[in-house]
Amino acid sequence: MKSPSTHPQNFFTIGDRKTSPFRLLKNRFLTGLCIILSLLTLVPLLSIVILVVRNGAPLLSTDLFTQLPPAPGLDGGGFGNAIVGTLVMVGISLFFAVPLGILAAIYINEYAPASKMSSTVRFVAKLLTGIPSIICGVFAFAAVVMTRHEFSALAGGVALAILILPTILLTAEQALLGVSYAYREASFGVGATPFQTIWRIVIPEALPAIMTGVMLAVARASGETAPVLFTALFSQNWIHSLKEPTASLSVLIYNFSSLPYAHQISMAWSASLVLVTLVTLTNVFAQVIFRPKHR
Amino acid sequence: MGGNSLLVGSDKPLTRDYRPRPDLFRIACWLASGLTVLLLVFILGEIFTKAWPAIHQFGFGFITGVQWSPNREVFGVLPVLIGTAASSLLALLLALPLGLAIAIFLSEDFLPPSVRQIIRFVIELLAAIPSVVYGLWGIFVVIPLVQTYGAILAEKLGFLPIFHGPVYGNSLLTASLVLALMVLPTITAISRSSLVAVPYTLREGSYALGATRWETILRVILPTAAPGIVASNILAFGRAMGETMAVAMLIGNSQRLSWSLLSPSNTLSALLANQFAEADEIQVSALMYAAALLVVMTLGVNIIGEAVLRRTQRATSGLR
Repeated sequence: MKSPSTHPQNFFTIGDRKTSPFRLLKNRFLTGLCIILSLLTLVPLLSIVILVVRNGAPLLSTDLFTQLPPAPGLDGGGFGNAIVGTLVMVGISLFFAVPLGILAAIYINEYAPASKMSSTVRFVAKLLTGIPSIICGVFAFAAVVMTRHEFSALAGGVALAILILPTILLTAEQALLGVSYAYREASFGVGATPFQTIWRIVIPEALPAIMTGVMLAVARASGETAPVLFTALFSQNWIHSLKEPTASLSVLIYNFSSLPYAHQISMAWSASLVLVTLVTLTNVFAQVIFRPKHR
Repeated sequence: MGGNSLLVGSDKPLTRDYRPRPDLFRIACWLASGLTVLLLVFILGEIFTKAWPAIHQFGFGFITGVQWSPNREVFGVLPVLIGTAASSLLALLLALPLGLAIAIFLSEDFLPPSVRQIIRFVIELLAAIPSVVYGLWGIFVVIPLVQTYGAILAEKLGFLPIFHGPVYGNSLLTASLVLALMVLPTITAISRSSLVAVPYTLREGSYALGATRWETILRVILPTAAPGIVASNILAFGRAMGETMAVAMLIGNSQRLSWSLLSPSNTLSALLANQFAEADEIQVSALMYAAALLVVMTLGVNIIGEAVLRRTQRATSGLR
């Protein structure tokens, strides 16, 4: 496994000429520095994980998932409505973004890969990934909240949909790209139409990879605060309709983190624990679904 | 893609029963593509139309103004623009050495692949933690740290304007430290892939001339991968500028101009996050103006970054 070419130290004595000890020392030093700097970044990460678990775990109970948030300064309660709110808004965003993203990906990869439209869509998707998440919120505020004159779960869902659309589109494109071209040729060869080829051959083959993209999008959307902060706002109550302000886990963390009450602060930590667990599990699950078969 | 002609149904019937019909699915897919493109136009259009009253009323003075007081309807974002640029640059400055070290570490064979895989996984985990959790962590870990060590800095180096006291926990430095952590995955991932893309023959050539590993890294591999590393930093800069929640929770949200890294500041995105829910009329418009500035800045940075990255990829594939 260790080939000589990757370990040049073996070559350093050619005849009577030796590499100067200074060069070797410098080599050692830089290797050590590089490893130390790399391991240094593990410190903050470990600190985040340990603190989230240590401060979040004590409050964990079934009440936390079934009760409403307590009024400021009071003890007890939970954030059941925030969990439901987050799930509802992520659901709305998937409702908009999944069909749009996957159909667009099919167009740019299956129907007209080399067309001007396709390169434009790719470029736009790249630009959309670069748009800050708060801009999605600003847009939903302008387009939904200002026209309907109410903060709503719908507005939050629209903001999240814009956030995840490029993720879904670009991962779906990669998924379709991963389907071997021979499959399509074989399908055309037996007389299938483009639609039949895409629907019966290409999509089933690409589905696991497309699902990975969707799961990654779910993980991203459920953790985001900025898009829902001033579109869905927050609510102390259970969600009754999509047209009213709605609580979400991330906004709960933001709101409670600035309160001067110890109980609310520990609830923010518990909400962080739930959120980080949710996001990490979704991410891991997304990686597990997709096992590359052909590459 | 060569198979394009295959996908266009021919006019001649292939079998007796087969009559070409319009492919409705294709139309649906085309519509979805069109909608995606229109969405960007719609986003930009919506923000600029809603910003128009403010653009009309304040004009260029909005960008050069230093006062932001909604009560008197005076809006200027210069301190916020400076805060945005300063916090992102400082974050990049802090993240670059670490990100580059990890990228080199992951592309070399210092440690067995399994250990490197774990580190890669950890970095990806870092990217998946929600921004608001970074903010919460920052409030309880980074702010006390900055208060303690910032006081020492201000005492020892207070003669420099950037370390001038008084020391605040919610400061530009705090926000930048957390931002650095948040952009680290971007820098690492893109730098690593451009390091890995350096052809192995270049490395072998360097070793054959008697160079040590680090002479090879510093004089051959890094210069070859440099454009990709630059691109990773530009894209990370774009991300840092748009990052909202952690910054809004840590930077102190003050519109006062100050040289000191230890005093509170503000960024465009934090300004939007803090004021949108309670704004009305002309303040909404002013915030939309600020959002428009943010969009233009991040889009600009991202387009430059992508362009550099694309040129890099072409250049390194030419080396093979």
